[in-house]
Amino acid sequence: MSLEQSVIFDERKDQIHRKGDAPFTMGCNRESLAGAVSQRACVFCGSRVVLYPIADAVHLVHGPIGCASYTWDIRGALSSGPALHRLSFSTDLQEKDVIFGGEEKLYKALVELIDRHAPAAAFVYSTCIVGIIGDDLNAVCARVSREKGIPVLPVQSEGFKGNKRSGYHAACKAMFQLMGKGSTEGISPLSVNLLGDFNLAGEIWIIREYFRQMGIETVANITGDGRVADIRRAHGAALNVVQCSGATMDLAKMMQETFGTPFLRVSYFGVEDMAESLYAVARFFLQRDPAIMDRTRALVREELAVLYPRLQEYRRALEGKKAAIYVGGAFKAFSLVKAFRLLGMQVVLAGSQTGTEEDYQELYEITDEGTIIVDDSNPLELSSFLKEKDVDIFVGGVKERPIAYKLGVGFCDHNHERKEPLEGFVGMLNFAKEVHSSVMSPVWRFVPRSIHRGKEPAFTESLFKAGAECRPN
Amino acid sequence: MLLRHTPKEIAERSALTVNPAKTCQPIGAMYAALGIHGCLPHSHGSQGCCAYHRSTLSRHYKEPVMAATSSFTEGSSVFGGQANLVQAIDNIFSVYNPEVIAIHTTCLSETIGDDIPQIAKKALADGKIPEGKHVIHVNTPSYVGSHVTGFAGMTKSMVDYFAVSTGTKCNQVNIIPGYVEPSDMEEIRRIVEMLGVQAVLFPDTSRVLNSPQTGRHEMFPKGGVTVEALKSTGDSMATIALGRLASGPAARALDTKCKVPCEILDLPIGLRKTDVFIDTLRRIAGVSVPESLNVERGQLLDIVTDMHHCFYGKTVGLVGDPDQLISLTEFLVSIDMRPIHVLTGTPGKEFENRIREITRDVPRSVNVRAGGDMFLFHQWVKNDPVDLMMGNTYLKYIARDEDIPFIRFGFPILDRVGHSYFPTVGYRGGMRLLEKILDTLLERQDRDAPEERFELVM
Repeated sequence: MSLEQSVIFDERKDQIHRKGDAPFTMGCNRESLAGAVSQRACVFCGSRVVLYPIADAVHLVHGPIGCASYTWDIRGALSSGPALHRLSFSTDLQEKDVIFGGEEKLYKALVELIDRHAPAAAFVYSTCIVGIIGDDLNAVCARVSREKGIPVLPVQSEGFKGNKRSGYHAACKAMFQLMGKGSTEGISPLSVNLLGDFNLAGEIWIIREYFRQMGIETVANITGDGRVADIRRAHGAALNVVQCSGATMDLAKMMQETFGTPFLRVSYFGVEDMAESLYAVARFFLQRDPAIMDRTRALVREELAVLYPRLQEYRRALEGKKAAIYVGGAFKAFSLVKAFRLLGMQVVLAGSQTGTEEDYQELYEITDEGTIIVDDSNPLELSSFLKEKDVDIFVGGVKERPIAYKLGVGFCDHNHERKEPLEGFVGMLNFAKEVHSSVMSPVWRFVPRSIHRGKEPAFTESLFKAGAECRPN
Repeated sequence: MLLRHTPKEIAERSALTVNPAKTCQPIGAMYAALGIHGCLPHSHGSQGCCAYHRSTLSRHYKEPVMAATSSFTEGSSVFGGQANLVQAIDNIFSVYNPEVIAIHTTCLSETIGDDIPQIAKKALADGKIPEGKHVIHVNTPSYVGSHVTGFAGMTKSMVDYFAVSTGTKCNQVNIIPGYVEPSDMEEIRRIVEMLGVQAVLFPDTSRVLNSPQTGRHEMFPKGGVTVEALKSTGDSMATIALGRLASGPAARALDTKCKVPCEILDLPIGLRKTDVFIDTLRRIAGVSVPESLNVERGQLLDIVTDMHHCFYGKTVGLVGDPDQLISLTEFLVSIDMRPIHVLTGTPGKEFENRIREITRDVPRSVNVRAGGDMFLFHQWVKNDPVDLMMGNTYLKYIARDEDIPFIRFGFPILDRVGHSYFPTVGYRGGMRLLEKILDTLLERQDRDAPEERFELVM
């Protein structure tokens, strides 16, 4: 504990809980401590990740160059057609624009973009500086929209106006302006919108296929492989299926209020949650189509028949290994805890950047005794937890990966940089494979962390031998 | 074709940047600050800035990158960031305990007008800066310059805050390596040591961002120039600055502040620029060049001799940072290649003048642009295709669409490894560049050769 005490800010003590220590309480949903090496991002980042996969819109970042540079094609949100979203557009504000205002520049940039690309819509992202110099984004967007005859949507994503979650909200508000505008003719009574899936590595295609087999039409992908025209008619769908609650839950609520579209909260990660998500949707449509449940059961049965035997192979190797999870939204952590359990592994650390009190309560309920639950953590805390719990694999994002590797711990990117689809039944298999490939890698034999923790390793022959013995993978 | 939208016809654009060839000042300042031993860079702005810089540097180096942020909120942007920064300084020293906090500003804190030295003074008065610890800063509004000028600014701040002249000269030379890879800094140090010269190299990110796997995560890795060494730069005999844009300001500041004379050179990329660096060092330090270094030079020359027919007349397109491109263009011209498109995202007319002069005798029309973007570069390439392109990872879209061989060079490189371990400066670095160029060109020749012309010996 001495190590831990030295790395934890006093102010953060109630944002860390060890299950079994005391009655569960969690400080969360608060601003990060100034000076902490927080893993969190900003409002702009939140908006950008949600809207970015809409592939036939132009996404123009109104601000200095950095905000556009850092978000240029960094998320593998695949498109089956147009790929406008993979280009980087910026007004590259200069000092004179900051002094005299950037509205004229924004106007010209938009006109040029729309003339060249004839996009279905344009999203204009506000950045910190725009919030300070007071450019009237709404007015410029309205003017261009009028002149060019396409929706031009301001996204109020000034970086300092909250955290990533506020960015999700701003993105939802921008998207909502598109809704209710398109024709809903011909939409099946058995129809859904897929919210909160960003088609990383092609995941939304897997989910759409499941629904197709169940006899359900997918109206709009929100936003993975998304199209503006689909979003404009999304209000015609019978149900919103919402994954990754943080990102698009606000949109589901707006749609419910305005169009009366009900929503279901689902997760496509792991076998249990995937199956339950399909069953929940089937139950919703049961009255309209009594045969739907049979089709769903058949689908799940078929998938599991392929999946289980192969999962068992991985489980045999991974049984008893320990995992740590630190992700953006807590919702994903629930599914991960269950998925690891299915592999016979134990989750010893579960945390998120922006979880809510209810999220952490749920995490508390599904995790084992002794599990550390943490909100808005930082590298020093995370590495001390990883060492203390002697984990075999860490699940996180880009900033966490090198920390795990430096410690000699396996890693799985469950964020923007995932290369294989992790959703769906096939995704569970990919996940098992990825976990297996990292946990069982022979490289850890050369990283004698277990016996040399806290000591300075010297690269002598004896140390290599000792290291190999101590990690008989 | 991801870039199918790029039209061949070039029209001047005044408002829109498409696919940037630069990024903003703060990330350069953060990178430079990581080259001070025991330093925690601090981003005075919103959380996102810090997260983006750390992520980008992490992707480029595949290393943990530590930096703190003032975590601006709506309140701080109305009332100023003083409270956040004072609290941050307090928190950082009490938990992370660095030797130095190196603060850089952002567009947000610049525009609301936070006065960093005044805030640091308040932190000191409030007893938030422990004895013997340091807080330094640089102003890096994102709407000025580029990542390169941010690096230059933080490097100059090291001089402004630390360099002192005690009146007694010491027998050492300051070397400012410029915005180069940790491997390049290591190589420059190796060359200096081969000459037997005592030197202070700053900043120095080697062993910080190319550190070995030890089974430990070090908040402050072993590398980096120490504060002690930075202080002593004021007593050095001379300063050699490599790269006019990235290192010039710090060298001139040392001259002004401590009367340390400086030589501002181009980056030692390629034969001639390395010659100039070594000759300058030899002259200043009064040493002679060891035979071992002559051998390296001869080996580089030997590769050029052996393979000069492969370089002859090959056209090249280059995107990158000004200091790198000036030296690289010179190197390529010197081996008979023809750089015909040379573009940097960093603004500054000087760059265009230098490249024009270097390519004066290239028997082709040459496109040069400072403050350009990848979109323009792509248009140039469409109008006048090249045999080879060199630049950062983002060039891969153009390379794929136009089917042009491509070598990763510069920042950022997000899809390959090697740059943090193997240098491109010095004679050895030159050899590595030639190896890459030859591999890439000959690989293509092999791929495209008809069966009867497919050759074993090349």
